[in-house]
Amino acid sequence: MSGEIIAFVLLSAASVIGALAMLYVSKVVHMLLSLVLTFFSLAGIYVLLSAEFVAVVQVLIYSGAISIMMIFGIMLTKHHDQEKHPQNIGRSLLAGGGVIVFFAAVYGAIRKVPFGEQATGLHEANTEQIGIKIFSYYVIPFEVVSVILLAALVGAVVLAKREGDDQS
Amino acid sequence: MSAVPAQGYLILALILFCIGLFGALTKRNTIIVLISIELMLNAVNLNLVAFSKYGIHPNITGQVFSLFSITIAAAEAAVGIAILLALYRNRRSVQINEMDTLKH
Repeated sequence: MSGEIIAFVLLSAASVIGALAMLYVSKVVHMLLSLVLTFFSLAGIYVLLSAEFVAVVQVLIYSGAISIMMIFGIMLTKHHDQEKHPQNIGRSLLAGGGVIVFFAAVYGAIRKVPFGEQATGLHEANTEQIGIKIFSYYVIPFEVVSVILLAALVGAVVLAKREGDDQS
Repeated sequence: MSAVPAQGYLILALILFCIGLFGALTKRNTIIVLISIELMLNAVNLNLVAFSKYGIHPNITGQVFSLFSITIAAAEAAVGIAILLALYRNRRSVQINEMDTLKH
């Protein structure tokens, strides 16, 4: 049993436990914090897949920025909310049945996927390879993404701004 | 030499996606629905990175695409939180079953 298998088992168990805790914890803030555990362990799994740069971006964006933004969202709304266990049992059963059918379908597809040799040179100067790829093959998507970020920034400011002072 | 089969990563991504889907369909609090959608996007990113190492033609492109999709997910979360705050200001509630104005 190599170290990679041990690390994979530990990290994937942590991420699944975090995601399951999100479903079964009653306070909203605790749900968010358990998902932060999931995001961190996914960063570890990216390191196992020799994607160091994506792992660091994952920690910065997901565990940092998005979680803090969601915590601000909870703080600015009703933060004493407790999720009661679903009154609507039928709806949960329906959603669970659909999800299980989806799981079975995709699992049947995954078992038949052919895999080639694994890549060997991904971890050597990972950031440099990503930079060369982005700035020589994906320049236009990069610029479009920057425009999307600008649009999202302006749109978020406009949406969250108070609409005039007439109702204060 | 690695011993983790590539199917392991794909199955982990599938489990996370299913948990995120279930949470997005059943949770009542809109913030939790948003963060469940983030969990689903994260599972898809895990697929992209796994195929960048184990695919038929393994190369760095999968990691580049996962960076793009992380960017789009961040923009989506920002706009979602802004819409949520505007809704809360008007309706005084974040429960998703009370946001049914379009039904009437």
